[in-house]
Amino acid sequence: MTWETVIGLEVHSHLATDTKIFCGCSTAFGAAPNTHGCPVCLGLPGALPVLNESVVDLALRISLAVGCTIQPRSRFLRKNYFYPDLPKGYQVSQYQSNLEMPLATGGGLEIPTPDGTKFVHLTRIHMEEDAGKSVHEEAFVPAGESMVDVNRCGVPLIEIVTEPDLSSPQEAVDFVTRLHRLLVYTGVSEGDMEKGHLRIDANVSIRPVGATELGVKTELKNINSFRYCQRGLEAAIRRQIDTLESGGEIIQETLLYDPAADDVRSMRTKEYADDYRYFPEPDLVPIVVDDERIERARAQLPELPEARAARFADTFQLAPDLVEILTASRETADYFEAVVDAGAPAGEAANWIQGTVLRVLNETKLALADLKVSPNDLAELIGLIQDGTISRSIAREVFDDMAESGSSAGSIVESRGLRQISDTGELETVVEQVVGNHPNEAGRYRGGDKKLLGFFMGNVMKATQGKANPKLASELLRRTLDS
Amino acid sequence: MPDPAERLNACTAHDLLARIRTGQTTSRALTEAVLQRIREVDPKIGAYLHVDEQGALAQADRVDVRIAAGEHVGPLAGIPVALKDLISTKDIPTTCGSRILEGYHPPYDATVVTRLRTADAVLIGKLNMDEFAMGSSNENSGYGPVRNPRDTDRVPGGSSGGSAASVAADETILALGSDTGGSVRLPASFCGVVGLKPTYGLVSRYGLVAYASSLDQIGPLGRSVTDVALLLSTIAGHDSDDSTSADVAVPDYVGELSQGISGLTIGLPKQYDTEGLDPEVRSAVRNGVALLEAAGASVREIDLPVAGHPSYSVAAYYVIATAEASSNLARYDGVKYGLRVEDGDLNGMYAATRSRGFGNEVKRRIMLGTYVLSAGYYDAYYLKAQRVRTLIQQDFDRAFESCDLIAGPVSPTPAFKFGERIEDPLQMYLTDIYTVSVNLAGIPAISVPCGTSNSGLPIGLQLLAPAFEESRLLRAARVVEEGAAT
Repeated sequence: MTWETVIGLEVHSHLATDTKIFCGCSTAFGAAPNTHGCPVCLGLPGALPVLNESVVDLALRISLAVGCTIQPRSRFLRKNYFYPDLPKGYQVSQYQSNLEMPLATGGGLEIPTPDGTKFVHLTRIHMEEDAGKSVHEEAFVPAGESMVDVNRCGVPLIEIVTEPDLSSPQEAVDFVTRLHRLLVYTGVSEGDMEKGHLRIDANVSIRPVGATELGVKTELKNINSFRYCQRGLEAAIRRQIDTLESGGEIIQETLLYDPAADDVRSMRTKEYADDYRYFPEPDLVPIVVDDERIERARAQLPELPEARAARFADTFQLAPDLVEILTASRETADYFEAVVDAGAPAGEAANWIQGTVLRVLNETKLALADLKVSPNDLAELIGLIQDGTISRSIAREVFDDMAESGSSAGSIVESRGLRQISDTGELETVVEQVVGNHPNEAGRYRGGDKKLLGFFMGNVMKATQGKANPKLASELLRRTLDS
Repeated sequence: MPDPAERLNACTAHDLLARIRTGQTTSRALTEAVLQRIREVDPKIGAYLHVDEQGALAQADRVDVRIAAGEHVGPLAGIPVALKDLISTKDIPTTCGSRILEGYHPPYDATVVTRLRTADAVLIGKLNMDEFAMGSSNENSGYGPVRNPRDTDRVPGGSSGGSAASVAADETILALGSDTGGSVRLPASFCGVVGLKPTYGLVSRYGLVAYASSLDQIGPLGRSVTDVALLLSTIAGHDSDDSTSADVAVPDYVGELSQGISGLTIGLPKQYDTEGLDPEVRSAVRNGVALLEAAGASVREIDLPVAGHPSYSVAAYYVIATAEASSNLARYDGVKYGLRVEDGDLNGMYAATRSRGFGNEVKRRIMLGTYVLSAGYYDAYYLKAQRVRTLIQQDFDRAFESCDLIAGPVSPTPAFKFGERIEDPLQMYLTDIYTVSVNLAGIPAISVPCGTSNSGLPIGLQLLAPAFEESRLLRAARVVEEGAAT
């Protein structure tokens, strides 16, 4: 039998606020355990939450970016369950039912598929607080015990819930990738996967191709990378197919992906449906969002990646794959535009960013913001190639120097004497010397082995430390050899 | 006994403030008198769970030094105030009358405590109460009951039993309690002191350990209406740490007391005169209303079809309050503070801790609240109760279109005996039939003594006002107080 896959996602994203959702504690990652806490986020008896309004503003911003309907009035609810890393015994969250609406509903994102683009519908976007972290395996935790780090308690989250519109692990990854890009683009989240800024829960089911009824779903929880998203979903689907094809029955269960085994394992089965006893949080007042606030949030929206990509393709006449690379992150796109604004031709700028800038960032594991080569510096470098001051190959060397030293292209070219030799007389001497030193190769060239031109070019470059104007050098070589 | 004139601990705050400021007495002398009184009578009364003798004396001395130096001092300078033990006090035990919080020392002060400190009050200690404010008799404390100072065979009322008893027994000058369904007014009535439940949002709940968040309010208790007005002035007002705190101007409650009530209309709900109403309570309430009429108020009968009907108000109250409580009390799990009882794995520890740490009434309410919020029952109980709550609010809104205040009993009977109702929760819950609808509506109410039973038990008159009309309540209570004293 052939099976088709149905996937719906719940993506949790941290929000880029300085302080927690209901208190003034820092959200900074990586602090010593239990140093970012106060009576409120510790849930001490009597402490009360006060909403950090910038959480609403950021949630509104991403909701508008994906075309959600904003609810003029929504509430926080308590989701009740016991766990040691949940100090109050409930999580303050939002909920959607026939009685309750979360901050934003509807909307969606387009993803590319082999058959064209596909619109993935969103069910909702809601706000909530993160829980703390249970620590089991650190050296300071006695064997067999667990400890709790509360630093993450009350860090603001949004949960973005999709309809079951995704049909493959690849589509799921494409969706998450686009959503991640959008969250970072809009400044809603830092999107640092390694800090757990994005966590994905996926509901997966399979059904015979053509069937209309949904199969029993399993929930793959706590995926924190794109790769694990793909592999985990593949493993979950494999498990379901194996079960059904061997005559078994899918049970509703929660799965965890184990990267070491590249497989999923059952965390718990849902014999009983969880009953979180949601009810309106009496310690907070309803969230009222008027048109003015929506417009303020909309004004905070930058040009979105799709629109920017279309504009780049249109204005700069760039190839689609190059546009994709340039708009993959807001920093890259901003950098590109800044280089162009500083006077570089768009094609040159794009090629430099794709070929050199991104390579260097990848090698050095630096962020674009930390790169010592500013857009103005790169534009200057490109200018030096264009006016013939340096050759393209020297330029690459200059770039590496710029990235390391932070000096400008001009000063590096001057101080290292890298200015291109475009003086015919000076170069003629070198060419004659090189040809004279290699009579055998000159003979073979003249005998028809024209490929040897490269050999002579190499020697001219060597003799000039790469500074020879390549066009002029090859002209002079040909003239000397062909005469 | 010492000369009555020397019994500083039996005076009103209003009187004492003047004497301390003018140097006729000192906060030290007053505080010592209060501490001495506690040593004498509290073994019998059981009002205190913790007495901060050293902290109180040190504060009294600080105030005395500043007064002697002619410095400016706060509005409660040198006056002993005791706090119900669910008001968080930095580094001072806060147990909520529960064994589960034994050993818990909050690292922060409740907003009301900060305000009392700013007002230069002397914090005497923490007062006994029904566990987590759940009860009407103060028999549910994890640390033993409080006895009614007027008759120690009888309950002081709950849940702020320690607050009312400490004031009545002259073991403090002022006290704070909390009122979720009548927990300030009922003990005030049973012990013969004045107790006010403010409008929801008038007094910050920050640091008040929650029983039912949408109903809880901290309220002042004192020996006189003026004292209650004085204490309310200190604790009322907006607090940015409490999202449900109202941003309203706080009137000069003490200054407005003398304005009287001439021309006001008093509404008497016809639903209040039920069969269960003790004839002595009925006649005391009538007496109180007569005093209001004598001061220039007119009286009319009003209709409170929902708010005045116990099968609506008490039922809605016990659904909403227990639902919120079941969630509010989830944090007492043995993981972070207070009691922990190990028993195998994590779930074992949770169960053992909560089984041993909570008393029966708390367990009963957690179970009830969990049940009414459960899938499949939510609509029938919680949601329906919220609808009833809305109807109760509308009832009061309508009633206050035709009257300025509502008068009635606080409870159907005066203080009852220990053990009389504790075995029958439903009977106990009916103690609150006249008080819970006030909390559901969020409006203010006061209990002021209006008479005594033949056996000498105090009886309180309850007055209700529209939201934020505390000043009107206090003025009327002042009239009753003056009339009842003569």
